[in-house]
Amino acid sequence: MTDDHLFDLKGVSKRFIKGKEAISIFDGLDMTIKKGDFLAIMGPSGSGKTTLLNMLGGVDQPTGGEVWFDGKRIDKLSEGQMANWRAGNIGFIFQFYNLMPMLNAARNVELPLLLTNLSAAQRKKSVTAALELVGLADRASHLPKEMSGGQMQRVAIARAIVSDPKLLLCDEPTGDLDRNTADEILEMLQLLNKEFGKTIVMVTHDPSAAKYATHTLHLDKGQFVEKDLVA
Amino acid sequence: MTDFYIVWKNLTRKPLRLFLTLFATFIAFTIYGTITAFQVAWDSGVNLAADDRLVTVNKINFTQPLPVSYVNKVRAVKGVAAVTQMNWFGGYFQDPRKQLVMMAVDAPSFLEVYDQVVLTPKEQEAWIQDRQGLIAGEAVARTYGWKVGDHIPVNSNIFSQKDGRTAWDFTIDGIFKGKTPQTDTNSVYFHYKYFNETKSFGKDYIGFLGIRTTDPKLNEQVIKTVDDMFANTPFETQTVPEKVFNKGFIEQIGNIRLILTSVVGAAFFIILVIVGNSMVLAIRERTGEIAVMKTLGFQSGRLFRMILSESMMLALLGGGLGLSAATGLTWLITSKMPQMPPLLMTHSIVLQSLGFMLAMGLLTGIIPAVNALRLNIITAFSRQ
Repeated sequence: MTDDHLFDLKGVSKRFIKGKEAISIFDGLDMTIKKGDFLAIMGPSGSGKTTLLNMLGGVDQPTGGEVWFDGKRIDKLSEGQMANWRAGNIGFIFQFYNLMPMLNAARNVELPLLLTNLSAAQRKKSVTAALELVGLADRASHLPKEMSGGQMQRVAIARAIVSDPKLLLCDEPTGDLDRNTADEILEMLQLLNKEFGKTIVMVTHDPSAAKYATHTLHLDKGQFVEKDLVA
Repeated sequence: MTDFYIVWKNLTRKPLRLFLTLFATFIAFTIYGTITAFQVAWDSGVNLAADDRLVTVNKINFTQPLPVSYVNKVRAVKGVAAVTQMNWFGGYFQDPRKQLVMMAVDAPSFLEVYDQVVLTPKEQEAWIQDRQGLIAGEAVARTYGWKVGDHIPVNSNIFSQKDGRTAWDFTIDGIFKGKTPQTDTNSVYFHYKYFNETKSFGKDYIGFLGIRTTDPKLNEQVIKTVDDMFANTPFETQTVPEKVFNKGFIEQIGNIRLILTSVVGAAFFIILVIVGNSMVLAIRERTGEIAVMKTLGFQSGRLFRMILSESMMLALLGGGLGLSAATGLTWLITSKMPQMPPLLMTHSIVLQSLGFMLAMGLLTGIIPAVNALRLNIITAFSRQ
């Protein structure tokens, strides 16, 4: 483990009990993600992409092995500690945006900042900066239902970056968008990676989306098919 | 933005549903506030009864008479501070269907025993001096538009004068107020002396005695002495504390408390089910949003409090509006129907209602709040 490692997964396993059957998703998975990577994870349905993303995001726990983030082991954290860790370190971007329908764009972006000690004025400043970065400053007062899919995803990106997390986790971020809009979103992610140094892990089915990443990993039956980033 | 803002936005996101649940809660607390005010008014006869007051009636039942000579005998009993006689008149003014609560009394001793009847010194003096004078409570005076100085005929549906007339002529010498806002002022009093001299039958008989003791601790002793004194006579007595007498009187018209409690209870239960079901559905629809908030780092306990706050806010808002409507309704009933006991939205009703609102908020919000607390992010996303 070196200082440039953001994530280290060591011998991680994940098993489910479904009915009377035990299903193993991962068994002894090793993986390293370096700071500043833009990693695309591809693979067929059921290969474990989303489960891996959930474990990286701390919303799912491995049943075995160790997960290290920036030199600290996180797989033993309690639910509450894990929530705090997520709030401080991870930005989430979902396929279906998952904005709060009753809050306008600015309020949606402000949501993660309610978990910080920032004052209302500081929060407003951060929200404005994030919306400007995604090119939606003029839509701050619009409700999600008043925006297009691409605009909603840009609001979701603003929400993901507003608290300046180290890692952005994107689950099929362009899965619900047309090609042109998808390219705009991917260019934005690329910009965040290259210009702002954000580490990005993106799960996608789309090979053309994966081209925007610096590395691509293929998962199949819980194993990486390409080994270039596997420790 | 604060948590309160999010709670408010969630509460108001579906205006029709909000209106319907608020309306249901509003109705529940309008019914509760009004009916409880009725209940308090009914009970006020018992609650406002003085601890040091006793009532002596004929042992057969309270409609049977007692000799007026009992008054002086009872006055001599140790522990009796004052005693007065009262006789039901069965009066009505103009229309036989509109009965008056009207008693023939001995004015000086009556005012001594029943201090909840408040007259100005001038009115008191005028009444005591005027043989044909009467005093009316402000509620009954308002009903019939009576003023001090008015000359009025009042008929009796029980008694008649020696010349066969059933109407007695009176002068209104005073309009009395109650000692407390709950005191019923829907009654009329006139001189027993005038009544006794003019009535065609039942001379020197009275309806019952009102006794004030020197100390409530002596009540038992006075009760025993009075009833023993008249035992084995043609007019045996039964003496009871005023509270017991009033309670017995109220219970003669049925168990009102049980009826009222059943009505309020049924209304509340139905509303609770409606609002509770609505809250469960509303939160269930937001499962995905709760999962997103958890994913962003919101603690489960914080989300639990937010959901509970939402149901509390709903109950307090609807309940507050309902209670305000009940206050208006009781005021309207009291002002338009002065013959009714005064209906008041007392502090205890307000506090009880607040307690019910909080309990309703808790009961309707606890299940969705616990569901949110336990919500597993992965399971919630897989349902989307």
